Amino acid sequence: MANKADQHQTSLGRTVAKLGLAAAGMFAFGFLLVPLYDVFCEITGLNGKTGGRYEYTESDVIVDESRQVIVQFTASNNAGMSWEFRPMQSQITVHPGELVEVKYYARNPTGERMIAQAIPSVVPFKSADYLHKTECFCFTQQVLEAGEEVEMPLLFFVDRDLPKDVSKMTLSYTLFDVTQNFAGKGNTLSAN
Amino acid sequence: MATGHDDHHHGPAKGITRWLYTTNHKDIGSMYLWFSFAMFLLGGTFALVIRAELFQPGLQFVDPNFFNQMTTMHGLVMVFGAVMPAFVGLANWMIPLMIGAPDMALPRMNNWSFWILPFAFALLASTLFMEAGAPNFGWTFYAPLSTTYAPSTVTFFIFAIHIMGASSIMGAINIIATIQNLRAPGMTYMKMPLFVWTWLITAYLLIAVMPVLAGVVTMMLFDIHFGTSFFNAAGGGDPVLFQHVFWFFGHPEVYIMILPAFGVISEIVPTFSRKKLFGYDSMVYATSSIAFLSFIVWAHHMFTTGMPLAGELFFMYATMLIAVPTGVKVFNWVTTMFKGSITFETPMLFAIAFVVLFTCGGFTGLMLSIAPADFQYHDTYFVVAHFHYVLVPGAVFSIMAAVYYWLPKWTGNMYDENLGRLHFWLSFIGINILFFPQHFLGLAGMPRRIPDYALQFADFNMISSIGAFIFGFSQLLFLFIVIKTVKGGKKATAEVWEGSHGLEWTVPSPAPYHTFSTPPVVK
Repeated sequence: MANKADQHQTSLGRTVAKLGLAAAGMFAFGFLLVPLYDVFCEITGLNGKTGGRYEYTESDVIVDESRQVIVQFTASNNAGMSWEFRPMQSQITVHPGELVEVKYYARNPTGERMIAQAIPSVVPFKSADYLHKTECFCFTQQVLEAGEEVEMPLLFFVDRDLPKDVSKMTLSYTLFDVTQNFAGKGNTLSAN
Repeated sequence: MATGHDDHHHGPAKGITRWLYTTNHKDIGSMYLWFSFAMFLLGGTFALVIRAELFQPGLQFVDPNFFNQMTTMHGLVMVFGAVMPAFVGLANWMIPLMIGAPDMALPRMNNWSFWILPFAFALLASTLFMEAGAPNFGWTFYAPLSTTYAPSTVTFFIFAIHIMGASSIMGAINIIATIQNLRAPGMTYMKMPLFVWTWLITAYLLIAVMPVLAGVVTMMLFDIHFGTSFFNAAGGGDPVLFQHVFWFFGHPEVYIMILPAFGVISEIVPTFSRKKLFGYDSMVYATSSIAFLSFIVWAHHMFTTGMPLAGELFFMYATMLIAVPTGVKVFNWVTTMFKGSITFETPMLFAIAFVVLFTCGGFTGLMLSIAPADFQYHDTYFVVAHFHYVLVPGAVFSIMAAVYYWLPKWTGNMYDENLGRLHFWLSFIGINILFFPQHFLGLAGMPRRIPDYALQFADFNMISSIGAFIFGFSQLLFLFIVIKTVKGGKKATAEVWEGSHGLEWTVPSPAPYHTFSTPPVVK
């Protein structure tokens, strides 16, 4: 009889251990969703996420003269951001493979030193993977003293493999105030 | 893992310590049920504040920020405080009785998982009295509203969710351990009552998704206090990620609140139809299918976030697929009633109302699942009407049906049938006056979570508010009926109902403090 009770205790203990492990595993899985989501977005171009700095190689130099793509630029401020922020040209027409430079303008109208971070997004989403930035002000934070203004360069080209049905794409930047995040820190972090 | 009981100790202890230290599944079940009823009244009070404000256009009683706190707290208290603990209470009371077990498998953990709940809700409710106010970002607490723009009390909210999650996970582990290890000899899986089956599957859902909820609030905590950027776009994070993680929890969560209800209805309908349940096996498989599908449909809450077309289509079709096993269930309930000798006692009235009104809520769910149409319905009162139809005449009616059904077994007394029917009709009429007009409001474009609205919405809002007060106040009658039954009434027999079947009806009414100390044999 005692033996049977022991057996019962062991099987109960095993059940509980398994279920406890499952719960712990699901907690970890919740955090695993974060990198999984990033990978998923990168593969699918979901959310218009663009890649980081693109390393320009020899094979990228060839320009596809037979095709033209319109690239439009927009800028917006996140809620509570007071900077003047706009592209210096609303759109340009490029050949795929052609490296071009455009500029964004920013001015800090406040009386304080502020730090800003621009976050890019591309529509249509499926074209996000085909816009390669070799130089972008969004790779670092922008630090502007009170009243200071700046012209910020962006070097990019459109990949020759851009799907044929895309003739126009829009690159949008949203400017965030990150002064608080860097209070007391001299260095900067890199983001896309 | 001490399940040992002092064999010489047969009755409950006296005084408050009986409730503080109890490891008895019946005591703990009762505490869960009373706690959930208290939360039901609290959440209902919040709802009445909302409906009072919306009685007329313009701002009458509360300022918009407090209104937002009310919608948030109403949702949180009803989901985590009322519906979920009520089903855990029913599980505590009934699962050991239904499978012939002497108690739950882990009685001490059972005590703990109940007693941390009041602390979680005290923590959450205390924010109402703080200067920053209660959480005001909706029960879905989307980032960055709940991180960057949240009131400072959000930290209390986060820890309250952690505690509720721990309680739910422990409760779920206990239920699975009980069902797997303590079934009476001969009680095979396919002989288990459906309430036990649906709870087994629900418990697995809880273990799968409550940790994910704990994870998402932990990420919020880090974003708010430790400078991480899980959901902060400026730091390379993504607010849409929040919605994915939240709804990965949130969609199975809605089945956590409805699967046990399916189980309750599957117990009650056969009893009062005096027939065996039609299609027992298909009920089990349908429940399992719904549980599986609940994991692959979450993004139907996010059709308007800018998903690619393939995503919209996948989540649309997967969502529609859920209608198939759900339809099987509704078909089985109706077929069980077909040609049965039905009587309409209060539990049966609630059960029939459940079948009809839950199906209405299911159909509006199908409408919402159509991705292109959802762009019109998204965040309108149509959504509010939909999920209240599945949660109130769905989950809540099934809980009331269960209470009336098993109350004679718990107390040994019959409830007052006339008062029970009165409570049913007041609730049934109240609920339809309350939620039906909200469909029209939503289709006409009234957004949810607003304290004021355009004039053309005035009439339906007034009707809806009248229904809210009818439904709300008739729940005091429910409280009265339950107390009256606890105090006395016509003595109940062991079987209680003419058509009842199952192990719980073989023990005397009221059920003795210890039952099935020697396991019964199931043939």
